[in-house]
Amino acid sequence: MSTLLEVSGISVTFDGFRAINNLSFNIGNAELRAIIGPNGAGKTTFMDIVTGKTRPDEGRVIWGEKNISLLKMSESQIARAGVGRKFQRPTVFEDQSVFDNLLMALKKERGPFDVLLYRRSAQDRDKVHALADEIGLSAELPRKAGELAHGQKQWLEIGMLLAQEPRLLLVDEPAAGMSPAEREHTTNLLKEAAKTRAVVVVEHDMEFVRRLDCKVTVFHEGSVLAEGSLDHVTANQEVIDVYLGR
Amino acid sequence: MERSFFARNPSTLIFITILAVFTLGVTLLSEGLGVDVISTSMVKTLGKTLCLCLIAIAMDLVWGYCGILSLGHFAFFGLGGYMIGMWLMYERTKAIVVSATAGAPLPPTPQEIRDGIGTQIFGVVGGAEIPPIWYFADSLFAQLALVVLIPGLLALVFGWLAFRSRVTGVYLSILTQAMTLALSLYLFQNDSGLRGNNGLSGLQNLPGAENVPQSLISIYFLWASAAALALGYLLAAWIVGGKFGSVIRGIRDDEARVRFLGYHVEGYKLFVFTVTAIIAAIAGALYYPQAGIINPAEIAPIASIYLAVWVAIGGRGRLYGAVIGAAFVSLVSTWFTGGQAPDIPLGFYTVKWVDWWLVLLGLSFVAVTLFAPKGIGGLFDMLSGRLAPQRHGADLGPDQGSFREKEAEQ
Ligand SMILES: Nc1ncnc2c1ncn2[C@@H]1O[C@H](COP(=O)(O)OP(=O)(O)O)[C@@H](O)[C@H]1O
Ligand SMILES: [Mg+2]
Repeated sequence: MSTLLEVSGISVTFDGFRAINNLSFNIGNAELRAIIGPNGAGKTTFMDIVTGKTRPDEGRVIWGEKNISLLKMSESQIARAGVGRKFQRPTVFEDQSVFDNLLMALKKERGPFDVLLYRRSAQDRDKVHALADEIGLSAELPRKAGELAHGQKQWLEIGMLLAQEPRLLLVDEPAAGMSPAEREHTTNLLKEAAKTRAVVVVEHDMEFVRRLDCKVTVFHEGSVLAEGSLDHVTANQEVIDVYLGR
Repeated sequence: MERSFFARNPSTLIFITILAVFTLGVTLLSEGLGVDVISTSMVKTLGKTLCLCLIAIAMDLVWGYCGILSLGHFAFFGLGGYMIGMWLMYERTKAIVVSATAGAPLPPTPQEIRDGIGTQIFGVVGGAEIPPIWYFADSLFAQLALVVLIPGLLALVFGWLAFRSRVTGVYLSILTQAMTLALSLYLFQNDSGLRGNNGLSGLQNLPGAENVPQSLISIYFLWASAAALALGYLLAAWIVGGKFGSVIRGIRDDEARVRFLGYHVEGYKLFVFTVTAIIAAIAGALYYPQAGIINPAEIAPIASIYLAVWVAIGGRGRLYGAVIGAAFVSLVSTWFTGGQAPDIPLGFYTVKWVDWWLVLLGLSFVAVTLFAPKGIGGLFDMLSGRLAPQRHGADLGPDQGSFREKEAEQ
């Protein structure tokens, strides 16, 4: 399998504290991957680095067939290159309708002048409706995103990610605060998405990870502790000591 | 299947209609073209108010929609006024110099005319030379272009520097205040080339229209101001009505999220900042010929703060709110500070509104911010009853400019 994202030897220090320590991570083109690890292991910081929010002190982040370095690009450039991100807290535009949220995310020209002169086509409208269908929010399209329930906001955000048509999706704790039924819907969405693109999911909930049924990477103190199938890593003594055993 | 612009923005049509009726009404009641109920100076006040409404729309775009609390837009307003003022003053002085030398046995040479103009305009600041920045002052077309170009360029350069270093929130507001202060201090200097604290005066006299009475000129400017306000409103409604509006409101509430959607946030901010600076400059260029005089005090930092107060009181994030705020507060302010408001004798102390108006304004501002964040414009929401976003009192986004829950209840 060809590599889509290759992160090698990155380190980040915050005020003397090493949040990421010589971490390496690869993911292929249509792969689903779960990242687990104790709080403060550096999972969110890892996503910050890939998406350009945080600059690492050292290391490389190489992207795509052309082996472009993401470290030289701004957040918006990285997003346009095909990296989509879902934050830990649901972040949707609360003051705007579900429709407008999705429309804004839809893969289109992003320059100010393109957007100013943008006219909504029937095709784009249909795309938004199809996405809303997929995330189960068809009935909510005209409502303000701020009125949605917590779980619905999470889906809306996932829908916005899908609308971006990214090649790599980074999803930070999607199931937090969801009911069991909502979790199942979310698992299905992610597995479906991973058929055509790479998806990285950070999650604490072991049941959720088990249902994802994919390769697992365990983070600990800013580096990779173990990698493999869920059964493989949960049998690892070190993983049991630092993460599962507590 | 797409509805028309007006169908999607019903408030636009209502606004334009009200503005047209207002303008027609004032014209019919005016001294110049009507039944002489409204004095020429009142017509000028109303015309100036329309210009203030226009800059309030600019402020609402940049602050209410894009979340950039610029406290410097009156600098652009003032610069627009200076640019048109240079032409007005130069050409008017030229006419005076030419007519003064008309009786002389020899017709004056162009150099003599220039010297005469220089002495007339710059005598008060101890000069006679026409400074290089007045190079285009004899061309109306060039100065009109400069009305747009100079403030636009200043906004572009300032915005580029500020936004690319990701200065946001309070720090950006302070930076815009610093820019305003620097500009007004510079203009206060006699050798700034713009007559220092004397400013430019006699702007109400239109060169080439010496025989047209002020009562008529005031009406023409009222019409021009109303037209500019209507166009500005339409432009702003068009900008915020589509996807662009979606993006900038997103930037207001959570700019990091917009970045991760792939939008170049700095580019959008720069665009909005510059476009609104140009709108402000055009408003200024229409305002000062009606005011008759412009001096550096007009650009003082406090003016830009008032602008934010107007928009807050009117209700930010809605265009008609900004217009209502600017019209209401500036007219009430004229009434109070003009000495028309009756003093209140309390026995031991007499409340003189000229002194106490600012206190009242400040208190109103605080009250609006605390108790009615949607401002006067919020009254219109009582007609419609949509659910509020459920944020349990939290802001709608993590950013400082973001909407608060109470502001978004519609
Ligand atoms: N901007 C920051 N400044 C200082 N410390 C930070 C910053 N971001 C993260 N950290 C620290 O880095 C460590 C890793 O954090 P994070 O990546 O959020 O962990 P996780 O998502 O795995 O729980 C934590 O100890 C956290 O306190
Ligand atoms: Mg985290």
